[in-house]
Amino acid sequence: MTKNIMIVGVGGQGTLLTSRILGGIMVEGGYQVKLSEVHGMAQRGGSVVTFVRYGEEVAEPIVEEGQADILIAFERLEALRYAHFLKKDGVIIANDQRIDPMPVVTGAAEYPENILEDLAKEHRLYRIDAQKRALELGNSRVFNIIVLGLAARHMNFTKDQWLAVIEKTVPQKTVEINRKAFLAGYGEQEGSTDDY
Amino acid sequence: MSEVKIMLGNEAIARGAYEAGVKVSAAYPGTPSTEISENIVKYKDHIYAEWSPNEKVAAEVAIGASISGVRAMCSMKHVGVNVASDPLYTVSYAGVNGGLVVVAADDPGLYSSQNEQDTRCVARAAQVPVLEPSDSQEAKDFTKLAFSLSEEYDTPVIVRTTTRLSHSQGAVTLEERVEPADKPYERNPAKFVMMPANAKGRHVYVEERMERLAQDGCQMEINRAEYRNRTIGFVASGIAYQYVREACPEASVLKLGMVHPLPRKLIEEFAAKVDRLIIFEELEPVYEEQIKSWGIACEGKELFTRQGEYSANMLREVILGEKLEIKEAAKAPNRPPILCPGCPHRSTFFILNKLKIHAAGDIGCYTLGAVPPLNVIETTICMGASISTLHGMEKAKGKDYIKNWVAVIGDSTFMHTGVNSLMNMVYNQGTGTVLILDNSTTGMTGHQDHAATGKTLQGDVVPALSIYRLCKAMGIEHVTEVNAFDADTLEKTVKEEVARDAVSVIIVTAPCALLKGQKFPNICAADPEKCKKCGACLRPGCPALTKKEDGTVQIDASMCNGCGLCAKLCKFGAIEVREK
Repeated sequence: MTKNIMIVGVGGQGTLLTSRILGGIMVEGGYQVKLSEVHGMAQRGGSVVTFVRYGEEVAEPIVEEGQADILIAFERLEALRYAHFLKKDGVIIANDQRIDPMPVVTGAAEYPENILEDLAKEHRLYRIDAQKRALELGNSRVFNIIVLGLAARHMNFTKDQWLAVIEKTVPQKTVEINRKAFLAGYGEQEGSTDDY
Repeated sequence: MSEVKIMLGNEAIARGAYEAGVKVSAAYPGTPSTEISENIVKYKDHIYAEWSPNEKVAAEVAIGASISGVRAMCSMKHVGVNVASDPLYTVSYAGVNGGLVVVAADDPGLYSSQNEQDTRCVARAAQVPVLEPSDSQEAKDFTKLAFSLSEEYDTPVIVRTTTRLSHSQGAVTLEERVEPADKPYERNPAKFVMMPANAKGRHVYVEERMERLAQDGCQMEINRAEYRNRTIGFVASGIAYQYVREACPEASVLKLGMVHPLPRKLIEEFAAKVDRLIIFEELEPVYEEQIKSWGIACEGKELFTRQGEYSANMLREVILGEKLEIKEAAKAPNRPPILCPGCPHRSTFFILNKLKIHAAGDIGCYTLGAVPPLNVIETTICMGASISTLHGMEKAKGKDYIKNWVAVIGDSTFMHTGVNSLMNMVYNQGTGTVLILDNSTTGMTGHQDHAATGKTLQGDVVPALSIYRLCKAMGIEHVTEVNAFDADTLEKTVKEEVARDAVSVIIVTAPCALLKGQKFPNICAADPEKCKKCGACLRPGCPALTKKEDGTVQIDASMCNGCGLCAKLCKFGAIEVREK
């Protein structure tokens, strides 16, 4: 059975690194993997989405509407934008961060209130203020790996497998901080690992 | 055991070129093709790789290498094929010596392009065969095959990819590089001097070649009839094949690997064995029209659009008649791409906006100057067009008409084709004002070097071409260099130059905020006590600035690059620029 994961966020938030780690662990796990990502213009602060699919045999590299098992959202509004990609029993892993898009900055649109609270009414949703946690670790940029740590609870790989792949994927200088970041997210949800 | 690696489609194309023994690669960056060259340069011990100023030059570099007897490649995005089409159409006649491959990356869905053109149409017109892979493994394999076919059939071969394939990753089995011996070069004007008498003869060859390829294509492994349930048979290639496999795994499929010329007999056989023939091709009805012209009944564009990307859900709905239980997308404010914090273009556009100046625009990050809140750019057609369209306006309406207009073009785009347009403006007595936004890189595609940056794709440090001296050499008297963040000088210069009855160039300098090695010594901070909530600082649309609930402004320290534009706009001294 193919599993479908989406990583959504704002251009520049590090969706590509996260998807690379996801791709890496699935190869280690012996699955066929396909990923699809966004480069170029859309990356410039725009809404970005990366698809990761793994299973025995994977044909298309994208996740389509109504097909996602896990939606990893680095920003609240992006969680809302892509929520309809989820399956009925899909899970949302949300970073509790707000980044105003230009129409909100210029006053042409309003940033919706209570996004995560509303999404939680219809979906299983786990949230984390990864920005805050990252600052506590002393590096605001590793928030994406903290979110990944939380999401990892919903995939059937061991902690050690994850750490090994992170070590292989991130730049050598940042291995230690990324390890810490992953564990911070992973430990957030002790004991509530999904059977998956 | 051979090594298996997860590779981006573009990375796999680069690997294929490496394994095929390519010796020369040339390209101009363009999404979604850029990563091909960025990966080829990793093999620089074996392959000479360069950024050329544009796709025409890149194609000609590859053609020269091929004529000399080595395998050569050029790669470009779909609109780059237009720029390269002059050499492409004629090298189709001349043919090759060493294998010659042109990689063309189409962009269905316009993720990062100005149109949605289909390279298969160009290839038909130019009579060049096209291979289209459908995953990363095939991207590597087909690239290698393209070089053999090129040499076997004496033809350039196009490898066509799309954004979805170029930017998807999948497993690829790596193989060793082969080192084909250089072919001897022999003088052969009948083949390589394409003047009328010689070209006439080559045109006969081209027709024969394409006919032979169409016949041989019926036996090629990359054109494959997969028979399963025969109620429906699909004809598909590239990523569209994957959607068919995803949504209709039980259906028969004729998977085309060589998509031009079409293997007619194979298609006729397949059509005869299935009850209903459906052509599932993104963009133009290239297969459909040819297949229908052979008198074969099929369905295609009456079911599926010519616009955008396809999907498995399309097939589920249209072919399988499934009612998909998909929720409506939530109403969420759009998040269009924006200029980065500290981007020098923001400062420039803010001043143009303030002066109520209209801009003929070009292709690059600065195209974002067309959208709110900057709203300065009013035309964008193609690379280099800013300067020539402004000139056309002047010739149509007179020099006073363009006194509140400028042309805006980036440094890399100026090198690409802007140079020609500027020469024309000088030669034909224009009086336009041209702003060359020199951020020392090709920004939009992720920082590639060009002739004016002083560095090559392979990392060699070379003398940087001086844009200033180039403009002077064209005979332009009024060439000014201004720092993008020196707002007062820039404003004064723009006012002076648009009023002038002569061509003038303002080179607006400041490196791209994301450029590697950029140091930002400063950071801005807003003082809520002094903030009068007027919103003046918010007008340039910097993403680091947000309005808090009480109306005062706050600046996100993790995003701010300390350019100080907001501080200059605050009349109340509420924004401080300080050292980090």
